[in-house]
Amino acid sequence: MPRYFARKLLIYALTFVLAVTIDWLIPRFMPGDPIANMLARVSVNTNAAQVMHDYYAHVFGLDLPLWRQYLNFWGRLLQGDLGISLYLFPTPVTQVIARALPYDILLLVPAILLSWFAGNRFGALAARNRWLDNVVSPVAYLFTAMPYMWLAILLAWYLGLVLGILPIAGAYAFSLHPAWSAAFGLSLLQHWFLPFLSLFLVGFGGQAIGMRNLIIYELEADYARYLEALGAPQRLVRKHAFGNAMLPQITGLALALGVVVAGALVTEVVFSYPGIGSLLLAAIQRQDYFLIQGCFLFIIIGVLLGNFIVDIAYVVLDPRTRRGMTGEPA
Amino acid sequence: MKSARSLVPATALVLSLGLSACGPDESSPSAANVTAGGQLGPASAPLIFDRRETLYVTGASWGPASSWNPFQPGGLANATGTIGNLYEFLFGYDPQKGELIPWLAEAGTWRDANTYELKLREGLTWSDGQPLTVADVRFTFELGRKYPALWFAPMWSYLTGITAPDDRRLVLTFKDPLYQDFASNLYNLPIVPEHLWRDRSEQEITTGANERPIGSGAYRYLSHAEDRNVWQRNDQWWGIGVFGWPAPKYLVDIRTTGNNVALGLMIRGELDLSNNFLPGVPELVRRGQIKTYSPGPPYMIPADTTVLYLNTRKGPLADSAFRRALAFAIDVPTIVNRAYGGLVVAASSGGLLPSLSRYDDHEVLMRLGYTYDPGRARQLLAAAGYRDRDGDGFVEAPDGARIALEATCPNGWTDWMAAIGVIASSAQAAGIDVRTAAPDYGAWNTALEGGTFDMTLNSAAPLSLTPWTLYSQLFNHPLRAQMQSGNFGRYDSPRIFELVDALARLPAADELGIKVATARIQTLMLTELPMIPLWYNGLWAQWRDSAWTNWPTAAAGTPKTLPTIWSGFWQLGGLQTLINLKPNQ
Repeated sequence: MPRYFARKLLIYALTFVLAVTIDWLIPRFMPGDPIANMLARVSVNTNAAQVMHDYYAHVFGLDLPLWRQYLNFWGRLLQGDLGISLYLFPTPVTQVIARALPYDILLLVPAILLSWFAGNRFGALAARNRWLDNVVSPVAYLFTAMPYMWLAILLAWYLGLVLGILPIAGAYAFSLHPAWSAAFGLSLLQHWFLPFLSLFLVGFGGQAIGMRNLIIYELEADYARYLEALGAPQRLVRKHAFGNAMLPQITGLALALGVVVAGALVTEVVFSYPGIGSLLLAAIQRQDYFLIQGCFLFIIIGVLLGNFIVDIAYVVLDPRTRRGMTGEPA
Repeated sequence: MKSARSLVPATALVLSLGLSACGPDESSPSAANVTAGGQLGPASAPLIFDRRETLYVTGASWGPASSWNPFQPGGLANATGTIGNLYEFLFGYDPQKGELIPWLAEAGTWRDANTYELKLREGLTWSDGQPLTVADVRFTFELGRKYPALWFAPMWSYLTGITAPDDRRLVLTFKDPLYQDFASNLYNLPIVPEHLWRDRSEQEITTGANERPIGSGAYRYLSHAEDRNVWQRNDQWWGIGVFGWPAPKYLVDIRTTGNNVALGLMIRGELDLSNNFLPGVPELVRRGQIKTYSPGPPYMIPADTTVLYLNTRKGPLADSAFRRALAFAIDVPTIVNRAYGGLVVAASSGGLLPSLSRYDDHEVLMRLGYTYDPGRARQLLAAAGYRDRDGDGFVEAPDGARIALEATCPNGWTDWMAAIGVIASSAQAAGIDVRTAAPDYGAWNTALEGGTFDMTLNSAAPLSLTPWTLYSQLFNHPLRAQMQSGNFGRYDSPRIFELVDALARLPAADELGIKVATARIQTLMLTELPMIPLWYNGLWAQWRDSAWTNWPTAAAGTPKTLPTIWSGFWQLGGLQTLINLKPNQ
């Protein structure tokens, strides 16, 4: 078992270096001059413009040869310095991410976890209950098949404008100053609810359908038939079917949690809710190398961590993996 | 304008949101009217901003606030108010009246051709209680001498010194002054406090974020978050006795991500003023859901000129006869009516905004100007030897080369995307093969500044004191590999560069001289047509008067200031708009 994890860790380390290098390269392959974009609105004569451009290129170290920039990048990264955002100049990238990330975590983690639990539960139930299947499945299909943006706008329109019971924009009421008070907490919660609900509904639909289909597939599998033929109780058959069906769902969950750092772009746009998604989009549109690198660095870390956790979970959950590690036939 | 676009090109959804809404009107979140004092400054913020004391605005920022450095290039859109409301200028400028408004300066006069004398007002103070003196003004000007990366550093190529003979007066001496440039610096150079800036390093001054800024203006910084900036009125402002008291005690500037959100907030009564470009304004005005400067077309005040830059180094666009034919081929009326629904007006051929039309040479414009006339366009093409040789419906160059051009604008700028569609289809109808493309902003801007585009839209010269602002952009020079501030089409004409430089050297008071210089530039410009001014972008502004009234409108008896929160417009009357507002009781 230690050898198994040592090998895995080595692969993860190599993947990390490779992915971060690609992360550094790709923004630089984009057409465009980030400094020029940053200074685009300054109106001066062309000689002064050249002076300013050179000055800022130097500030960002973009006047150095590429290999030098690459080495500097790793050097700073190892000190935890991700550079300064061009788009939100002069805020350090770590600060840009640290300010926006809490909104993503508070929004996405509960939405992903709750929709995963509820979706799997209802999906599993629907797989063996005709009545529930007739109710849950169409609803779930509706939520996943509907374009997310359309669903989100419908929710904002109906609950926010027609009924007027929920706010449609912002992280908390625009009339409030942040404070440790019940009113502020309530406002945070109110503003969080609609974006959460939209993500939950879509996630729930997807998970429920996935689980339902997996369970039906597992119940049709040879081992389930065999168990049934042996006269095993339904409970036992279902237990094994559920265990097998959970495996891909766990992978999905870990990967979904891994990319939380990418934010939820459409949610942020529709509900005017803060988060990294819209910042990342703006960073890409404006060639903000440093912010793009920083966001993707965390995405890479998140995905690798997610995968690693899946590896461990499989060892615990799936006896075949354990046996494979010790060389026994699966 | 940077602030005018939305990321969500969902026009239809916006309308459906707006028109079918019947939500609560006055139930803004501040139902409880608790207010704490907050007189002493940023530290003592109330927990709830009273609706009757707060103005909610949107449409300036496109990202979280990151800098309050008044010298930061890029206009500080994300912390609008930093220049104008917090840091102030020697003068303001009233574009509707066309005159400078004495601000920190009480008066400014040219003693002779090379000496300018400024007199500061009495009793100026910074919001920390320190007096604002001639030393602060001198300090600010001299920063430009010390640090060439500051945008106003080029002023020191003709400014030779600044002295303070007494504690109210400043004397500036010049050598061969660029009067027009200097005049625009008077209302664009924010004055900073020497006592807080003296010890800062070059890096802090040029690139620092200047958090928790201290200024002299009508508002102070209170707080900011990812999606908002909050400003608090400076109740000790020196200007209260001079200009009056800005009515809103709090200014909450909201960053909205799309039209639908801005409109939804307005309908819920949570937003007072939106400076976003909203499609469907005429319908919303008709239904009484929003108000605008004028109740009918063009609804908005013309704010800058949209110009179609032509790459004068590329194929047929190098030929002035071809460019002229193209100018007649573009169907501007359809852009105005269909792409904008009447929110804009066609530009004068010379490109100057209506607020500067007194400088236009109408004889030149009549003789050399262009209007949409496809017949004329075909005629001009034929006369210059452009004929359809291969029968594909599009003309080829006189030497037989195929012509295929691309009109571009940044992706997501929905009004401009519609406009380049009209440009392409009307050019095609006249026999010129023009297609459209909308790359991402960064790629578009790089093509613009690097000169690799064929033809592209750009907005030039916002409301300004002088025609020089527009023409110094259109004919920006000398030509370099990267053109950052104008003349993106690389039009190379020493004659017109000389004319623009001569205009720059005319004193602002020399109206006749400016008029003559403008006529010369317009004559050459319209003969050559290196770029085509098409329409005036509006100062997008829509508001509700449920909480605040006395907004500026075109009607008699109302204020005529600019209803805007865009950065760079506070000193053009944006602040006076707030001073004129009255709470709706």
